[in-house]
Amino acid sequence: MNLILFIFIVLLGFTSYYFGRRKAYTIQSTNKRLTALPQFYGYYLAIWCAIPAFIIFSLWAIFEPTIVKLLILSDYSNQGYLDDELNLIYEKTKALSRRQFTGEITPFIEASAEKYLSLRSIAQSSKAVIVLSIIIASVAYAYKKISSNSRTREPVEKFLKAVLFTASLAAILTTVGIVFSLIFQTIDFFKVIPLFDFVFGTHWYPAKAFVRDSSEALDPTMYSDTFGAVPIFAGTFFIAFIAMCVAIPIGLMSGIYLAEYASVKVRQYAKPLIEILAGIPTVVYGFFAALTVGPFLKEIGNSMGLDVSAESALAAGGVMGIMIIPFISSLSDDVITSVPQSLRDGSYAMGATKSETIKKVIFPAALPGIVGSILLGVSRAIGETMIVVMASGLAANLTLNPLESTSTITAQIVVILIGDQAFGDPKTQAAFALGMSLFLVTLCLNIVALRVVKKYREKYE
Amino acid sequence: MKKNGVKMIKINSKNVDVYYGKKQALFNINLDIEENQVTALIGPSGCGKSTFLRCLNRMNDVIDICRVKGQIIINDFDINDKSCDVVRLREKIGMVFQKPNPFPKTIYENISYGPTIHGMAQSKNEMDEIVETSLKKAALWEEVKDRLHEPGTGLSGGQQQRLCIARAISVKPEVILMDEPCSALDPIATAQIEELIDELKKDHTIIIVTHSMAQAARVSQNTGFFHLGELIEHGSTDKIFKNPENKKTQDYITGRFG
Repeated sequence: MNLILFIFIVLLGFTSYYFGRRKAYTIQSTNKRLTALPQFYGYYLAIWCAIPAFIIFSLWAIFEPTIVKLLILSDYSNQGYLDDELNLIYEKTKALSRRQFTGEITPFIEASAEKYLSLRSIAQSSKAVIVLSIIIASVAYAYKKISSNSRTREPVEKFLKAVLFTASLAAILTTVGIVFSLIFQTIDFFKVIPLFDFVFGTHWYPAKAFVRDSSEALDPTMYSDTFGAVPIFAGTFFIAFIAMCVAIPIGLMSGIYLAEYASVKVRQYAKPLIEILAGIPTVVYGFFAALTVGPFLKEIGNSMGLDVSAESALAAGGVMGIMIIPFISSLSDDVITSVPQSLRDGSYAMGATKSETIKKVIFPAALPGIVGSILLGVSRAIGETMIVVMASGLAANLTLNPLESTSTITAQIVVILIGDQAFGDPKTQAAFALGMSLFLVTLCLNIVALRVVKKYREKYE
Repeated sequence: MKKNGVKMIKINSKNVDVYYGKKQALFNINLDIEENQVTALIGPSGCGKSTFLRCLNRMNDVIDICRVKGQIIINDFDINDKSCDVVRLREKIGMVFQKPNPFPKTIYENISYGPTIHGMAQSKNEMDEIVETSLKKAALWEEVKDRLHEPGTGLSGGQQQRLCIARAISVKPEVILMDEPCSALDPIATAQIEELIDELKKDHTIIIVTHSMAQAARVSQNTGFFHLGELIEHGSTDKIFKNPENKKTQDYITGRFG
C-alpha cells in the first residue's frame, strides 16, 4: 500500500512536469513573454505536486505507530500495569495481528489485535485520502501561479539549493551521530577504568575481562592491569611506521617518475596500473601478507638464524605499505603535475638539469601537497584493520622488534567485538574507548593534512 | 657594436627548420644576430618568432614532439651538434619569459639559484656580491635590499619581471633572450624594463620577441619580421620601419594585417 502510494506520487510528479511545461508553451503561443524557460514551469509544478505529499507521507510514517500504540494501550490504562508490561502487551498484540504469536492467547489481547488491525486500515485509507487531497490542493495552487505567468525560476533554484543543503546536512549529522555514540560509551568506560591506567598502562589483556554475570556487582579492581593501552598504541604507530617506510620512498619516487620523466604513453598505462593497487580489497592484501609474505620472511629469517614469527609486524607493515603506495604516488603525481610549467622553464633556462629542477624548484613548490598526501597515507595506515588481524597476530606485545608479532588499535577492536559481548560491560566499552582515541588521532592528522594542503593552494592562486 | 667598422656577429643561424610533430613551424631561417645590440623579432601571432627564440637556447628540447634542423652557430660552435652541453649553453644564453616566473623561494634564493647550479660562488660573500650586482643591474636593488629574504612571489608584476631579469643575468650570460617580457605588465613597468634593456646591451646581446611594434622601434637596433614560419625581412630597425623592402613587412608595420 505504501509502495503503491509512493509510486503514485512519483508518477504524478512526472505528469505535472509535462503539464507545467505544456502550460508554458500555451502561454508562449499567446505571444506573451515567459518569465523563465518552459522546463522551469514544469519543475515548479512537479515540486509543488510531490514535495508537500512526501512531507505528509513521511510525517505519517513517523507518527502513525506512536499514535496507534497510544490508542491500543489506552484500553489498559488504570489497570496498574508497569511500562515494561505494557510494552510487552503491545508487542504481543502486533505479533498476533500478523499471526506470528505462538503463546497463550487471552481474549484481551485478541480484542486488542482486532482493534490494532482496524486502526491500521483506517490509518492507511485516511493517509491515502489526505495525501491525495494535499496533492490536488498544492497542484491547483501551483497551476494558478503558472497560469498567471508569475516567477518560477527563483523558487526552483531555491528548492535545488535546499536539496543540496539537506544532503550535506545529512552527511554532517551522521558524523556527529557517530562521534556521540562513541563519546557516551567512552565516558562509561572511563567511569570504571581510570583514564591514567588506560593511557599509561602497559598490559593489554582484554581476554582477562571475561563476560561478567550481569547480576554481579562491578568491581573496578578486577580490571587492573587489563586495559593498559600503551602496547597497542605502540604497535599501531610501529606498524604504521614500517608501512610508511615502504610507502613514502616508493610512492614518492614513482610519483616523481610519472609526473616528470615518464613519456605520455608510459604514464597512460602506468598510472591506472598503480591505481589498481588502491582498488584491491584489504582482505586480499591480508591474504598476501599472512600466506605469502609472513612465511617468506620466516623462512629467510630462519635461514639466517633469526627467530622470526610467522605473524610479524614486518609482514603486516610491509604489505600495508604496498597498499598505501598508490595513494602517495597518485596524489604526489597530481601535485607535481600542477606545479606551473613556467617554473620548470625558468629553471631549465638557467641551465639546471632535470634532477636539479626537481630537487630545487618542483619539490619545494609541491612540498605542502606532498606532505598532505603523506599524512593522508598515515591516517590510512593507522586505521587499517584487516591486514593486521590476518598477518600480525592478535596478542598485544609491547615490542620494537619488527620480527615479532604485535597488535594495533583496530585489530584489538575486532578482537573485543567478536564473539560473546555484553553492553555496559567494560570489555565492550573498551572497544569504544579505542575507537574514540583512534578517531582523535586520525582527526588530528587530517586537520594537519588539510591545513597543509590549503596553504599550498593559496600559493598559486 | 662595430669593430673597425665591421659588424660583430654573435649568433649565426643557417637553414633552420623546426617541426612540431609533422607540422613544420619554421622554414629555412637564416638570421645573423649582432653582438651587443638589441634585435627585435616581430610578426603576427603564431608566425614562429617565439619558436625561433627558443631554438637559440635549445628550450625546444623540453617539448617532446619538437625537432630542430639546421645550424645555429654561437662562438664558432653549432649548438645543435650532439656534443653541445645544454647546461653550459644555457649558462651562456639566459632567458626571460612572457609571464614573470619567479621561483616560490626568497628573492635572494631566486638570484642565487643559477650561480649555485653552475658553481660560480666559492663563499657566502661572493654569492652576496653576485646577488647584489645582479639586482643592481636589473634596477631592483633599491626596492628589495631590505627584504631579500622574503618570497619573490610577493613582489609586484613589474618587480617580478625585473627579478627574473636579475636571475637571468646572475650567471653573466653573453646573450639574453626575452620572450614578450612586457606583455603582462602595465605601461610604467614596461617603460622601466625597456630602459633596463637599453642599459643591459652594453654587456649582453639581447634578442626580444615583441608584439608591440612601438616597443620594437624604441628598444631595438635590428629587427626581423616573421610571417607564417618564414623570415620575410631583416635589417636595421630604422630601415625596416621607415623603408621596408617587402610589401608584407610594410603592410604589417602600417597595421594592415596581423
